[in-house]
Amino acid sequence: MSELAEQAAGAVERAIAAGAGDAEAYASEAENREVRVHGGEVESLTAATQRGLGLRVWIGRRVGYGFGTDLSAGGLAAIAARAVEAARAADEDEFAAPPAAPELPVRLSHSIGGEGAPELVLRDPTIGEWSIDRVAELALAVERSALAADARVAAVEQAVYFDSGERTALAASAGVRAEYETSSCYAYLQALAEGEDGRETGLGFDLARGPAGLDAEAIGREGAERATEMIGSAKPASRRCPVVLDPTVAASFVGLLGGAAGANAVQRGRSPLAAMLGEQVASEAFILHDDGLDPQGFATAPVDAEGVPRRRTPLIEGGRLRTFLYDSYTARRGDAASTGNAGRLGYRSPPSVSASNLVVAPGSASGAELLREAADGVYVSDVAGLHSGVNPVTGVFSVGASGRAIEGGALGRPLREFTIASDLVSMLRAVRTAGSEPRWVPFGGSVSTPPLLIGEMTVSGS
Amino acid sequence: MTRPEELLDPAVAERVLARALAHGGEFAEVFAERRGGLTLAIDESRIESVQSGAEEGAGVRVLSGATTYFAHVDGLDPADLERAAGEAAAALRAERAEPRPLRSEAPSPQPVDQPPGDVPAARKAELLRELDQRARAAGGEIAQASASYGEARREVAVANSDGLFSGDDRTRVRIGAQAVARRDERVETGAETLGAARGFELFDDDPAAIAETAARKALTLLDAVPAPTGTMPVVVGGGFGGVLFHEMTGHGLEADHVQKGASVYAGKLGEAVAQPLLTAYDDGRMPGEWGSDAIDDEGAPTRKTRVIEEGRLIGFLHDRRTAGREGVAQTGNGRRESFRHLPIPRMTNTYIAPGDAAPEAIIGDVAKGFYAVSFGGGQVDPATGDFVFGVNEGYLIEDGKVTRPCRGATLVGNCLQALAAIDAVGNDFWMKTGICGKGGQKVPVGTGQGHVRIAAMTVGGTEA
Repeated sequence: MSELAEQAAGAVERAIAAGAGDAEAYASEAENREVRVHGGEVESLTAATQRGLGLRVWIGRRVGYGFGTDLSAGGLAAIAARAVEAARAADEDEFAAPPAAPELPVRLSHSIGGEGAPELVLRDPTIGEWSIDRVAELALAVERSALAADARVAAVEQAVYFDSGERTALAASAGVRAEYETSSCYAYLQALAEGEDGRETGLGFDLARGPAGLDAEAIGREGAERATEMIGSAKPASRRCPVVLDPTVAASFVGLLGGAAGANAVQRGRSPLAAMLGEQVASEAFILHDDGLDPQGFATAPVDAEGVPRRRTPLIEGGRLRTFLYDSYTARRGDAASTGNAGRLGYRSPPSVSASNLVVAPGSASGAELLREAADGVYVSDVAGLHSGVNPVTGVFSVGASGRAIEGGALGRPLREFTIASDLVSMLRAVRTAGSEPRWVPFGGSVSTPPLLIGEMTVSGS
Repeated sequence: MTRPEELLDPAVAERVLARALAHGGEFAEVFAERRGGLTLAIDESRIESVQSGAEEGAGVRVLSGATTYFAHVDGLDPADLERAAGEAAAALRAERAEPRPLRSEAPSPQPVDQPPGDVPAARKAELLRELDQRARAAGGEIAQASASYGEARREVAVANSDGLFSGDDRTRVRIGAQAVARRDERVETGAETLGAARGFELFDDDPAAIAETAARKALTLLDAVPAPTGTMPVVVGGGFGGVLFHEMTGHGLEADHVQKGASVYAGKLGEAVAQPLLTAYDDGRMPGEWGSDAIDDEGAPTRKTRVIEEGRLIGFLHDRRTAGREGVAQTGNGRRESFRHLPIPRMTNTYIAPGDAAPEAIIGDVAKGFYAVSFGGGQVDPATGDFVFGVNEGYLIEDGKVTRPCRGATLVGNCLQALAAIDAVGNDFWMKTGICGKGGQKVPVGTGQGHVRIAAMTVGGTEA
């Protein structure tokens, strides 16, 4: 058992000693690096070590949570005392109870599943092997690529590289024991292009488990393309028309959908999907899974935040909503089984229902075919203000957008300062075609989606 | 109140700074922090999500040429701090530099009458029950209510190789209320918050009124019509309406964006960017306000900075680096979310100063327009100046009168044009609390103004 796993187990013991009936500890330690470059020079280099523990305790039907960074014996006792005090301030909740231990013990392992199951490698060893100088060079290469891609790219606001190696340990009085390691890294840049009437910005990004998986050249090129294609943009006329959502935009909406499918929002009457189980919520072209085991997904892990094994769950198939996503609390409350969807933002917050990796099934239409099918409409390459422009209860949204006109089945002039408006379910029902080229997008969760053609949507401009 | 010496022993700080400069660099700094807090919530009339945490750690940075070397660790053990200094210095390859001896100069923190940590958790739970009941009592169509309470304390100490040794002891409390109103298939939500850089005394005077406000917003929206679409005069409400100025102008005044040419205000210092009726400030010293601190997170005392004077752009918001690069004084805007982050130029409390127009007259002069009372949030691209805001409480203005409520409106525009189009500033004025995100860091900020009118702006509605 690692020191971290011992500390998790120790926290549980101290919570019981402090008066908790049950306890569950989640400990994590991480080493992170970040490099920011600008104008061919390294702007900042950051090295960090982080370590912390969160403790959920039950006293009867009351739940409390404590966390801290001091993992010494005294520090763990203090965390336990805080958690117990927090539980005493909570009201009783008839569904509050510790998650049951999984039938099979979850072992310290990077491989998932039983005998013969494919091994999932969640940690890329190159993350520790690349020196800080080498990853700084990668960030500089991202910037250079954008500047070289198009003469109209005047500057790069910032190019950033980040990597993280993390170890997670779980222990609970109900018998849960788990430990695993993951790694992730990403790079992005914001390119600035000089237009006739002001500047345009474009984001390029890529993510992988280790630095060797990042394509610096492609990241820079994407930022340059997104910035330069907006030069000379104007407002479109207001109308209803076919709309193609770029994967980055589709991912933001899919992320919202994942939130709406969480049983917590459903049970509390705050989801547009609340009364929709088994109903037609999308066209047949839109197929969605929550897949906690996708080898490429960044939410992939052997177990969820409560120690329940991750799995692949069909959410929308044949246009119908197949299930909601459950953690152990909402499962008990909804008389269902956990779908392994307890998630965490880190040790500072208790587990709650959240999607793992949301995967939209690709269709067969290439990007060019999607545009031909749309014929006359709008390609939305970016949306802004999604968090403020959506009613989470009804799914009604109106968000700011920018993109390109679709004219004669191909991309035309650039468009800015317009809004697109609909509601989540109406939009999903209007999905006419899913593209054939999916992409992993880290906005609004971990989402893989192709571009989507929406049959008709309200576009408001001038 | 914690003195900075209790958090960071000056002798340890000197050793850490010397270690940080062991391989060169012009400047080194150690930032130590102890942060703790308690949050609880009420939902379905049940107290839940009671969470209590305590974290400690430090960040060490070294500046050398154009590069910042930064390392942070959890914990305040002197050995960990020295290790962080060693990590920050590891990539440097120059001659050792010597830090200056430290001299202590911590200004007084924002006063706290009733430290929230001394108030029993049961009292906080009781406060949430009051909020819950007030929201539910606001009308039979209120289907759900929820509320949250949060308290946070940040004790910080900063020492740097210029000899600065300072600190701050920051307490903040905040409550929020949300309500959901339902009529047949129609569902609408409303929210309101109250927060300050003060203690529990903030809640002495009818705090539960915010729950009633949240409920009223949700109920009002039940009668809402789809928002109009098109270009029209827009009157922005006071208080949280200031988030519009925060987003569309404030971010563009942060000197890091300006120096990279990634702000529409770059090169415009001294120029008219608004009509003469507009004067605006960033003020980190406003007593008790949500964005107020005694010092910024680099140890510079906070201050009041006039950024726009009678329509002319006269100042930017600086941290140590951006001020040094320009040879101007620091403005106390070097802020960071925690010891795990590098300080960057950030707003504190940013506001449009009161003008001389009566709010009724500002609305009365509009034949057909839109009245945006509060926003759900917004986003701006500082480089292009393009912005978008979701309006969560908005009304039509018809023949000089506020008429029907609207739902689903967004305001879309460009900051330079929108700021220049402000043609009336109200003589009413108040501040509201916000959480501002930039570069992955969230910090508390205050926004404020009286009623303000923008002569023409794009309203994107749900009306087909």
